[in-house]
Parts: sequence; C-alpha cells; structure tokens
Amino acid sequence: MSPSVRPYWRIKLQRVRALIIKESRQIVRDPSSIAIGVILPLILILLFGYGLSLDVRNVPIAVVMDQPSTQGQELLAALQLSPYFNPRQVATMPAAENLMAHGEVDGIVHLAQEFDRRMSAGDAQLQLIVQGGDANRARIIEAYVQGAVGVWAAHRAAQGRGGSVGPVLVQSRLWFNDANESHYFLVPGLIVLVMTLIGGLLTAMVVAREWERGTYEALLVTPVRSEEILLGKTLPYFVLALIGFSLCALSAQFLFHVPLRGSFWILLFDSMLYVLVALGIGLLISSWVKSQLVASQLTMLVTFMPAYILSGFLFDLRSMPLAVRFVTYLLPARYYVALLQSVFLAGDVWSVIVPNTLVLALMAGLLALASRAVMRKRLE
Amino acid sequence: MLASIYRILALTRKELLAVLKDRRGRMSLLIPPVVQALIFGYAATYDLNHVPYAVFDQSHSGASQQLLAHIDGSGVFQRVATLSQAQDIAREVDSRKALLALVIDSDFERRMFSGQGAQLQVIADGRNSNTAGTAMGYLGAVVKRFNTQWRRDHGLGPPSLTITARAWYNPNLETRWYMIPGMIGTLTLLQTLMLTAMSVAREREQGTFDQLLVTPFRPYELMAGKALPSMLVGIIQATGVLLVAQLWFRIPFAGSYLTLYIGLLVFLMAAVGMGLLVSAASATMQQAMLYSMLLIMPFALLSGLTTPVSNMPGWLQYLTAINPLRYAIDITRRVYLEGAGLALLGGDLLPLAIVAAATLSISSWVFAHRMQ
Repeated sequence: MSPSVRPYWRIKLQRVRALIIKESRQIVRDPSSIAIGVILPLILILLFGYGLSLDVRNVPIAVVMDQPSTQGQELLAALQLSPYFNPRQVATMPAAENLMAHGEVDGIVHLAQEFDRRMSAGDAQLQLIVQGGDANRARIIEAYVQGAVGVWAAHRAAQGRGGSVGPVLVQSRLWFNDANESHYFLVPGLIVLVMTLIGGLLTAMVVAREWERGTYEALLVTPVRSEEILLGKTLPYFVLALIGFSLCALSAQFLFHVPLRGSFWILLFDSMLYVLVALGIGLLISSWVKSQLVASQLTMLVTFMPAYILSGFLFDLRSMPLAVRFVTYLLPARYYVALLQSVFLAGDVWSVIVPNTLVLALMAGLLALASRAVMRKRLE
Repeated sequence: MLASIYRILALTRKELLAVLKDRRGRMSLLIPPVVQALIFGYAATYDLNHVPYAVFDQSHSGASQQLLAHIDGSGVFQRVATLSQAQDIAREVDSRKALLALVIDSDFERRMFSGQGAQLQVIADGRNSNTAGTAMGYLGAVVKRFNTQWRRDHGLGPPSLTITARAWYNPNLETRWYMIPGMIGTLTLLQTLMLTAMSVAREREQGTFDQLLVTPFRPYELMAGKALPSMLVGIIQATGVLLVAQLWFRIPFAGSYLTLYIGLLVFLMAAVGMGLLVSAASATMQQAMLYSMLLIMPFALLSGLTTPVSNMPGWLQYLTAINPLRYAIDITRRVYLEGAGLALLGGDLLPLAIVAAATLSISSWVFAHRMQ
C-alpha cells in the first residue's frame, strides 16, 4: 500500500462522514422523515394486518325445505356445527331470493319436495345458489358447502343408512398453513408493501429537494464526488428503514402470531438487501427528474400499486399472461414476497432463498450504478 | 359573480399550464392510468389457469391412470413431476414447483370397485392459502365430473345426493369483471389526491402562495381554482380506465354513463377535498407527499377492491366510512355490472357527498383563515 493512497481514502471517508452527519441532522430536524421511517410502517401494518382478510367464516346462508324433512333438519344441524356457516331456515324460495337480493344471505341451500324419500331411494337433488359478485368468495362458499354436504353424506353411507358416495373422495391438507388463516400469507406480503413504499418515499424527495432549493449547486462546488453523495444519502435512511422493518416483523410475530419457521438471520439479511433496492429506486427517480412533484408521483406509480397487484402478494403469478409475467420479473417486490412467504411459513427452503436473494443483490448493485451514472451526468 | 368565475377560470388555466406544460408532467398524468389498467386488468384476478401439480401414484392402476388423464385433460392442471417416493413430495412443494401434490394409495382401484370409496390425498402449498383453496376447488370439480362418468360407465347410477351449484350475477365466476370496474376509482384517486396536495404545497414552498394572496382572489376562488384542474385530470384518467375496460377487456357496460359520471364527479370532489385538506395541514412538499401517502395507502387497501370490507373488524369498518374510494368502487361496480340507477345508489352517494362537503368546507375555512 503506497503512502499516497491512504490520505486519499481518509479524506474520502471524512467527506462521507460529514455528509452522513448533515443528512442525519436534517432527518432529526424535519420530523416527517422519522414519521415515514418509523411511525408510518407501524400504522400501516396495524391497519392492514387487521383490515385485510380473505377468510370466509360465518357465511349467512338460507336453507329452504319445500316439505318438512327429517333428513333436511339433520343437514341443517351439520351446517350449524361448521364454523364456516351461519345457516337459518327460510320458509319459501321467493323469501330466500329476496334475502339474497338485499345482501342478507350469501347463499341458498334448496331441498326440493320429497327430499327424504329420494334420499332413501338414492337420487336426491340439492340445489345451491351463491351470490357470485365477488367470485373469489363465491367459489370458496361453494367449495365449503360441497365439502360439508359431502362429509354428511359420506357419514350416512358409512353408518349403513343407505346411499353411496364417490367413488373417489378428495382428502386435502394445506401445508404451511393448517388452520387456513389468510393473514398468515397476507401479513408477510404487507411487510413487502410497506417496505417498498417506505424505502422509495424516504429517498425520492432527497435529491429532488436539493435541486429545487438550489442547494445542489452548492454541493457541486465542493470536492464531493457522486459516489460519496450517494453513500451519504443512503446510509441514514437505510438505518431508518431498518427500524421500520423491525417494527413490522415484531408485529407480525407478536400481534398477528404469524409463525417464523425459517431463520431470523436470513430474514434480516434479505430485508436489508430489499431496503437497499427500495432506497435505490427512490434515489434514482429523484436524481433523474429533479422536481419533487414529479418525483413523488413517479415513486408512487412504480412502487405502491405494482407491489400491491403484481408481486404475488395476493394474485397468483403463474396464472398471469406471459407479457404481464414478464413485467413482474422486473419488479423487486416479486422476489421479496417469495422470500418472506417462504421464510415465515415454510422455513429455510434453499431452492427459494438462493435464487431470489441473488436477484435482489443484483438489482441493488445495478440501481447503485445507475444512480451514480445519472448523478454524475447531472454534475457535468 | 361573473368576475369571480373569470378569476377561477384564469387560475384553473394557470394550474393546468403548470402541470401540463412540461412533457414529463403531462406523461406522468395521462399515460399511467391507462397502462396500469391494462397490466393490472390482466394481473388482478383470483382465477387460476395454470396449476402445476406433482403426483405420487402408488397404485399404478387403470383407475388411477383414468383419473389422472381427466385431471391433465382439464386444461388448468399441468403435471410437473411424477414421483416415485414419498420424500420427493416435500421437495416439489417446498421449491414452489408444484402448487398441489396428489397421493394415490396402492389399494385405490380395489376400493373403487368395492364401493368403499377411494381416497385421493391432496397436499396444497399454503404459502398463499387463497390460491391453494381455489386450486383445490378446481380439483374437486374435476373429481366430481370423473365420479359422474365412472358411475355411468360402471352402471352405478347417480350418487345418493347430487349438488347442483349456480352463481348469481356472475355465472362464470370471473374475478376480472369484478376487479376492473373497481379500478376506475382506485387508479384515479392515487394521482388526483396527491396532485392537489402537492400543487398548494409547492406554491407555499416556493413562496408564490404569498403572491397569490395579494391578488384580488377570494379564498373560495383560490380553492376552486386549485380543485377544478385536479378534478379535470381525474375525469380524464377515469375515462381512460373506462375505455380500457370496455374496448380492451370487453366487459359489458350495463348502466348509464350519466349516472356513472355523476358518481365519479362526487367522488372526485371528495378526493380533491382530501387533497386540499392535506395541503392545508402541510408546510413543505415532503410533508404533503407523506400525508397524502398516509391517506392513499389505507384508502386503496381498505376499499373492498381486493378483500371484502365485511371481513374487517367492526371498528375498522366504521373508520372506512370516511374512505371515498370505498363508495366509488361500490358505485362503479354496481353501475357497470348491475346497471344500478341513481335511486339505488343513495347509500353510497350520500356519504360521499358528506365527505366532499366536509373536506371542501374545512379546507376552505383554513384557506380563509390563513389569508387574514
């Protein structure tokens, strides 16, 4: 190591340190950054953790029997025992249809005339009508009713009370989520959503603000280099975003009781990578557009909605058309969702962790290079 | 009166120029809603058309082959692996290669012929339990069809109890029909609220707000001048999304355009009112952006677009009463899909109008207060 190199690095470190101190002071003095980094994630994870649910429980259902029926009463009792339904007997079909039109029941189970006799004869019919507006919910209700009725019929057959089933019976198990709680997968997805937004927002305004206030020119006449600006702008916000992440992870564990089956260190490492990517996106946008108004609009467009819809947090990526799937590959949130859902619910699955972590690392590197290039161009 | 309108129009023109004069600003307002509607329209669906599955068939029988042929032939299920030992199931599911794993016992065929009923074990990847549930529902339907055919082929007659299911209002149970109309309001809200909040904050940060104060503008004129351009942008964005829904996705429009636009107008007044409220509360653009995000994210997620409002805990449902998007999504869906008229929409229009009136009058009061 030649003696001329060391002083250069020392000066460089000194400059970066000075920038970090300046940026940190700015953060402390303007409470809005702390609000974004610490308070916002907490509020959002609480609000969404409680508010978002795809569970179908206690579905109000009307049961109509055209004729008093002992078998029908037995079926009604079976439905009543299930946690999924809240059945009530309604006298006539028109009355039930009226309840459905007013949104008071979500489904009608209709047993036609002579249900008992035909049940013994072995050709009984049961009509099920579901409210189909929300197709996802309708499909779940349909499957649950079929399941409950199927179990009841199989039980009768097993007791030798007539009727035959099958011949093939589906017996299903849900791995990683035995209780079928939708918040087990929604909460890790929400962490992605919150971190994407926080990271992007924290840095999006930083450079654009300096341009608008004219302080960027002042920075230009100092000997500071572009990578030093980059480092000085990133580090303080990185720490802030990590605090936000810790709060989210803690609420997932202790408030929403989402199990963490993988290793904590992998979760932390991947989250640090992802925070870097999110900060990088904000930094790139703000050094590119210079105006706070456009920077804020762009950040919201490229972070929030894509992470909401295209990340695999709610909607299955495999069922999207090829062109849309191609777009999702460009989206860092996609890889982080896959990582979090696996690390939280399935454990350390290396075949998921390794490729997704590599892509995130690559994206972080590319974003750093791109922001440096854009910033350098602005300096000239 | 006339002079007042003239002043408002002048301010509107100035605002529109400020937003639209540079190409980047123009593009960032007009292109994104249409592009988002196109991409999200394809992506935002709970329907599945590609379910990869692995199978571990211990029976190697004619009956199991017949069942698997049925599943493969459904068009939705793609077999990604045929396993020869039980340990491999974990590998296929853990790595996300297979969403479902089917296990067929060695006595499968014997039990089918003996009339005891044969078990088909299904293991689903619950890392997204909603997707897993949908896939299992599809599988259940395929098995049901297989059972019917088997019974007919083997002269068993119908099962003792047949369930016929029917869905009202959306017979094919397509989520796209439900999602895309909901996006008209969602995609519009994002940018109009923030645009309004930022435009006032920018004037304040650059000091031009003080200049406006020495002009003959009255407070409400200033406010109207800030609100109108954002509403105009919002109407154009909403029209863009509506056109995508009709011309690209070909979702039939059941209602009247007049009703829809009346609903959208009230919704935009509420959205812009929220934006003005944000701008009244913030001194810098960064704060304006933060506060708008603080509103937009909960509005968008707790609106009923992707998860039903009725699934929220009671206290949160009360909180969403101030969410303009919740009403807008209900209005657009009902006008678009069910053809609901104004009379049926009172339950949405009235609260929306109250939110609009409240936010606009509070922010107008703040504007007037600031000026003295």
